[in-house]
Amino acid sequence: MKLELRGITKRFGTLVANDNINLVVKPGEIHSLLGENGAGKSTLMNVLYGLYAADGGEILLDDVVQNFKGPGDAMAAGIGMVHQHFMLIPVFTVAENVVLGNEPTSALGVLNLDEARKRVREISDRFGFDIDPDALVEDLPVGSQQRVEIIKALARNAKVLVLDEPTAVLTPQETDELMGIMRDLAKAGTSIVFITHKLREVQAVADRITVIRLGAVVGEAKPTDSAGSLATLMVGREVDLNVHKSKVSLGSSGLRVSGLTVVGDRHTKVVDDVSFDVRGGEILAIAGVQGNGQTELAEALVGLRTPSAGSIHLGELDITHSSVREVIDAGVGYIPEDRKKDGLVGDFTVAENFMLNKSYAPPFAKGISIDFANRDRLSDELISDFDVRTPGRETLAKQLSGGNQQKVVVARELSRDLSLLIASQPTRGVDVGSIEFIHEQIVATRDAGKPVVIISTELDEVTALADRIAVMYRGRIIGIVDGKESREKLGKMMAGVAV
Amino acid sequence: MSTVAASTQFQSAEAPRTFKAAIVMGVFALVVFVAFGVFGKPDNVTFQWSKPDDVIHIPDFIVGSSLVGLAIGAILILIAAIVAVNASRRRRNPQWISLIFGFFAIIALLAWLAAGNAVPFAFILGNAIVLAVPIALGAMGGIMSERVGVVNIAIEGQLLTGAFLAAVVGSLTDSLLLGLVAAMVGAALLSMVLAAFAIKYLVDQIIVGVVLNVLVLGVTNFLYSQWLANDGERSNFPGTFDITPIPFLSDIPIIGPALFENRLTTYLAFIIIPVLWFFLFKTKLGLRARAVGEHPLAADTVGINVARTRFWWVTLGGVVAGLGGAALTIGSVGAFGRGMSGGQGFIALAVVILGRWHPFYAAAAALLFGFSIILRVWANQVSPGIPTDFITMVPYLVTLIAVVGFVGRVRAPAADGQPYIKG
Ligand SMILES: Nc1ncnc2c1ncn2[C@@H]1O[C@H](COP(=O)(O)OP(=O)(O)OP(=O)(O)O)[C@@H](O)[C@H]1O
Ligand SMILES: [Mg+2]
Repeated sequence: MKLELRGITKRFGTLVANDNINLVVKPGEIHSLLGENGAGKSTLMNVLYGLYAADGGEILLDDVVQNFKGPGDAMAAGIGMVHQHFMLIPVFTVAENVVLGNEPTSALGVLNLDEARKRVREISDRFGFDIDPDALVEDLPVGSQQRVEIIKALARNAKVLVLDEPTAVLTPQETDELMGIMRDLAKAGTSIVFITHKLREVQAVADRITVIRLGAVVGEAKPTDSAGSLATLMVGREVDLNVHKSKVSLGSSGLRVSGLTVVGDRHTKVVDDVSFDVRGGEILAIAGVQGNGQTELAEALVGLRTPSAGSIHLGELDITHSSVREVIDAGVGYIPEDRKKDGLVGDFTVAENFMLNKSYAPPFAKGISIDFANRDRLSDELISDFDVRTPGRETLAKQLSGGNQQKVVVARELSRDLSLLIASQPTRGVDVGSIEFIHEQIVATRDAGKPVVIISTELDEVTALADRIAVMYRGRIIGIVDGKESREKLGKMMAGVAV
Repeated sequence: MSTVAASTQFQSAEAPRTFKAAIVMGVFALVVFVAFGVFGKPDNVTFQWSKPDDVIHIPDFIVGSSLVGLAIGAILILIAAIVAVNASRRRRNPQWISLIFGFFAIIALLAWLAAGNAVPFAFILGNAIVLAVPIALGAMGGIMSERVGVVNIAIEGQLLTGAFLAAVVGSLTDSLLLGLVAAMVGAALLSMVLAAFAIKYLVDQIIVGVVLNVLVLGVTNFLYSQWLANDGERSNFPGTFDITPIPFLSDIPIIGPALFENRLTTYLAFIIIPVLWFFLFKTKLGLRARAVGEHPLAADTVGINVARTRFWWVTLGGVVAGLGGAALTIGSVGAFGRGMSGGQGFIALAVVILGRWHPFYAAAAALLFGFSIILRVWANQVSPGIPTDFITMVPYLVTLIAVVGFVGRVRAPAADGQPYIKG
């Protein structure tokens, strides 16, 4: 189905998120949208999906003007969308989420859950996802939730499929499979809009590329263009896509984890007798497919979960059973994998979110009140240093674009004197320009002699940053290898093949 | 991608070792054993299982009060011990254990109160049910609106509206059924006002609810003193639905008469509670309603009309609450009295929470409140010396045990009380 957007304009108050955007996606075409964080990509797609009412312009499907009053109309017209921020009901099962709005029923509107499960299994078998239809979504790690969101969109046989950063938390293999699916669908005539910040994917799968900056189309690019030139077109300046690290200079003892065991939400051992050391001045990456215990390991390290055995030492300090507050006071910075759930208070302003780990101590506390002058000074500094695209520090966090929300979390955690940094998917959904900056900051933390733990499913990120890589599989660390290990070998280890 | 471990399940399951339930139960068991047994009353107590005119008559059971205390105390200590052993072996305790525990504890209490007297089971249970009906129906209305994300503080006002209209319309038209319909329509209109203000105009739901309560109380009080008080014969004398025994079922010993010799309003509650459960958890409409209450934006993205869903569920919730109001007048005493809902709407709100937004649990919680009311009345008659405040406390202590025993998560619908604003 041919999709055409004509002169779409969308304003939020005085902010123009989409400024007279024109876009044509031909039937069977994979059309990539590139643009920095806050460029207006998600907004444009939400207008197309009927979630936002446009302030101007029109949407045409096969040259017929559409008038969507809500997502229901858009879906009826054949549009499907994978949302950047998942639209899943946490307390529902996978099957319930997938069929919601399009439920299989027997007589009298009684839900037919067997049929729902069958649909989930069919799609996940077809695309090689391993998803339990009866699992509660809230129990799934973000990577699995991403798969559920994709299954949900595919289940509806959309003729125009919008994928808003579907690969942000997928592993390389999963991404490859998804790109295979996209090609198959396109061959069958589905038009696809594909949003991503990973230039490699764009080069691999896109037929055409449109670049958006500050809410307006700034040009087209070809998939054959080099990553460097795509990046330049996106952010309007040269971007260094490589991470520069000096040689490791190991400092004093850092983080020491020994025999750590964590019992998970379902009373199973999700972290099983895990031991490792991270010295000051070193980056240890924990690689692995989502759901192999990384999330719980990180949460145990920062005091969000109580380990059932083992110990965690930070220098001389035993933090095995410390509260989160004690861990923060010990100087541990933590970037959680799920920014919306664990990283931010959406209804707080950007400035308030910056204060979450600092509000109680000088210079940000003044007696029982917050020192607003200091808070505002720091907020403005962080907003400019980390290039957070926001109308101002008083904007609500939930109104920022996804990548900018991520930058707020990263900025908050890195803006303290740290003794240890634990970062889970630190650059999830962040554009290339800002990835460069965040990576520089992480390396700078290491160069300042601090231990750093990176947890990432993104092999590029792992190999770019890590001095050593620990691979986790089924709750155990099955090997710790040098940071320069080949992708092939890492891939094998992640699949459970020990070295 | 086949290597993806779909979350957890790496090692065999292990329940956490917690002695919370065992300790609480142990303390209660000792209290029963010592207070009702060792220091109990020696007089005999008569357990009347059935009324003399029942078809199947089970003979009364006569036994010493302190003997019951000792026996039940021992059973309770045994249950607490089993729970403790299970906990130390990291085995899960089934939920029914705490129910059995509570049941035995209450029997011991009844035997102690009625020393030298009789415990009329059918009477206590039957009255508990009748008293629980308005609370349960109010709670069902509350569940229906909170499940879609609208907090309904106005249940009290809806009960009062239902009670008033059922009495007045039933009396003026001389038709109880018309009174019932009027009660449901009136309370539904009240719901519509709440829904319109909360959903369309985004006014704070609590404030609208409070205003509606005050409004209804004021209006009914005014009409009562200006009109019903002088014209009661004509306009406030509806009578009540007949008590209709259901053939055969009402002959079941002990519970038969309590459950199946009731008025229409009680039977309607029996039907509405499971039907609501079925709709909420087994049907498409229920799934959508719960989606709206958990994550309205996500519901919107799959084409569910959030505002419309909320509006109709809140309105239907009003219909059910109105029925609960009717149960207060034409379902029991047969006339309207000033402010006669007397806070039962607020108890219903508590029941919604205690019942975890679940029709069956809420019904059980409502029954507990009904039981506590009748227990107070009855205890006053059989042993006048006992402070009634103490007796009123008992069901809540039982609740405490039940809640400690239940291990699951208790959580409100995530978007409860939050308006949904479209972008
Ligand atoms: N609901 C909202 N209210 C106010 N402003 C908003 C809202 N949603 C988006 N914006 C603003 O509109 C602009 C575009 O946001 P959008 O989410 O479309 O960016 P994006 O291109 O998808 O970025 P990212 O790559 O980070 O996801 C941003 O400046 C953002 O702050
Ligand atoms: Mg976006």
